[in-house]
Amino acid sequence: MTNAAKSLIEVSGLSVVYGDYTVLKEVSFEVTAGEVFVILGGSGCGKSTLLKHMIGLYQPASGRVVIDGDDIVAREARDREAILRKIGVMYQSGALFGSMTLLENVSLPLEEFTQLDAAAIQLIARMKLKLVGLEKFADYMPAEISGGMQKRAAIARAMALDPSILFLDEPSAGLDPVTSAELDALIKNLAQNLGITFVVVTHELPSIFAIADRVIMLDKSTKGIVATGDPRVLKDQHEAPAVRRFFNREAA
Amino acid sequence: MVNKSKLPTAALVPPTQSSGSFRFVLEGALQAATLHQVWKESMHQVAAVPSGQGLILDASKVSYCDAAGIALIVAVEEALKKQGSPFELIGLDARYHRLLEQFTDRTFAQESSSKADCRHLAEVLGEGVVNLSKDAFALVSFVGELIIAVLWAIFHPRQLRWRDVFLTCENVGANALPIVALISFLIGLIIAFQAAIPLRQFGAQNFVADLVAVSLVRELGPLMTAIILAGRSGAAFAAEIGTMKVNEEINALTTMGLQPVRFLVVARVVSAVVMMPVLTIFSLLFGLIGGGIVYLSLGFSLVLYCHQLVGALDLADLAGGLFKGAVFGLLVAAVGCFRGLQTEIGASAVGLSTTRAVVSGITLIVIADGIFSVSFYLLGI
Ligand SMILES: Nc1ncnc2c1ncn2[C@@H]1O[C@H](COP(=O)(O)OP(=O)(O)O)[C@@H](O)[C@H]1O
Ligand SMILES: [Mg+2]
Repeated sequence: MTNAAKSLIEVSGLSVVYGDYTVLKEVSFEVTAGEVFVILGGSGCGKSTLLKHMIGLYQPASGRVVIDGDDIVAREARDREAILRKIGVMYQSGALFGSMTLLENVSLPLEEFTQLDAAAIQLIARMKLKLVGLEKFADYMPAEISGGMQKRAAIARAMALDPSILFLDEPSAGLDPVTSAELDALIKNLAQNLGITFVVVTHELPSIFAIADRVIMLDKSTKGIVATGDPRVLKDQHEAPAVRRFFNREAA
Repeated sequence: MVNKSKLPTAALVPPTQSSGSFRFVLEGALQAATLHQVWKESMHQVAAVPSGQGLILDASKVSYCDAAGIALIVAVEEALKKQGSPFELIGLDARYHRLLEQFTDRTFAQESSSKADCRHLAEVLGEGVVNLSKDAFALVSFVGELIIAVLWAIFHPRQLRWRDVFLTCENVGANALPIVALISFLIGLIIAFQAAIPLRQFGAQNFVADLVAVSLVRELGPLMTAIILAGRSGAAFAAEIGTMKVNEEINALTTMGLQPVRFLVVARVVSAVVMMPVLTIFSLLFGLIGGGIVYLSLGFSLVLYCHQLVGALDLADLAGGLFKGAVFGLLVAAVGCFRGLQTEIGASAVGLSTTRAVVSGITLIVIADGIFSVSFYLLGI
């Protein structure tokens, strides 16, 4: 990676509290421009929570999230919109708009935020759907396709405006191995060719080894990061047995 | 190096002696946010290329190209193909070329299927009739299921979900009291006021009390209460059950071996049937208070008002009104749940069901009211 040292996202001292239950305590890390950054951890350890705070959806109890030089926590709603334009998000459940076809779902951000004419938007949206292998289902409603297809459509929608950062919450969960591998290839392709930075939450070990440049692993008991680095290195060399077990898929 | 800040431009260079082709030069950062101008120009200029003449797309000065930019290149190529002109792309950076290569087969570029074609009148009409008969069939089978479920509940009262019943009673009854009281009070007030003017011409102003009493107890009390019920609870039932349907919760109930009608509908119908007469009584009370205020302001005494009321009404009137109320409650709750269970997929489906619940509820109320009027007349009540 050329001039890779530049950090694009900076999270410092982030604490998240729901009611009186602390989910994350003083979490700090950086994401470098152009890398595929993976957040791991057991179920319920706060991965989705961390992701939602990184995109400024919720207000943290304390801490800062800086995206490309802009503090997303401190910003007014209007400024935040400009930051949000740089990012695309795929939610864990897809969150496609149920009353629109897939094509309309993907076209929506293009219609709202660009001045392209209808034919151009159609073509771009269809190409995005083609990228995720759903070109034949452009006119289907989200409820008429399977869960895995919904996820892929949600990724297409997140990519509609070609954001420089894509946040994906468990993109390959519930996909068959072939589709999942294709998705990994797509992520790798976009990262290398377009320089898109990815922040991905995933459990799938093959995916992690295929795409991740760097990972952080969250832990429920310490409410913070227990391991950080290249998964291929962590797998054999991390000092905590729990981390090695995760990467080697062993029971405790 | 990736340079995203340079605005894109497009220029068409006519053929020179050395090369027989048009050159089309794209320059700058091709990205979705700033592409619209260049897209329009490109389509214009490409259309200006005489058919049969080749075109070379020179992308060597493109500093950045996202998927929208790739789409532009594809669009240019497609347009030329339609004109029958040869197309050649030169100078596109290798990494963007790899993106373009993913779109070598262009099946996606076909126009969308002609789903929204103009349809023949007979087709629309036929579809309407089929839908109507399906609806009627579904309604009949729902009524059957409901009757069985209610009978089951009567014979197994312990297995009815009483907690749900009480909770629904609170929502349907107690929480509706303020709006029912307000509307009824105003209706009583308005009827009395409107009646007072013509009745004065006959010197029969003290019959305002009779008029208010009879119209409220026999007709307007149950009717207004039922319409409020349809708007509040009928809609709520449809939305609750519809959302469950969309979330596949109804399927979950079925696979657990629980019948949706027994589990969800019976409690709601029972609560509505129980609460409607109670609400109707309150409606009558507040309506009569409203009428009474006008009556007193005409200079009559409270004693006379009560005397007129007792003279104008008998217990059969009241019983008839309350019975009507209970039947309206049954209709509104049942059709609300029915529309909820009919909900199809998608977020807008719940809104549609809610609307249909209210419309069907009010329609049924009015139809039932007509039937009641005729049968009460024939029965001499
Ligand atoms: N909106 C919320 N309100 C309260 N608690 C929440 C909320 N969202 C998540 N949690 C809790 O925070 C913890 C982390 O959740 P989440 O980030 O969704 O986990 P995961 O790592 O599986 O994505 C869980 O214990 C969950 O119960
Ligand atoms: Mg999650």
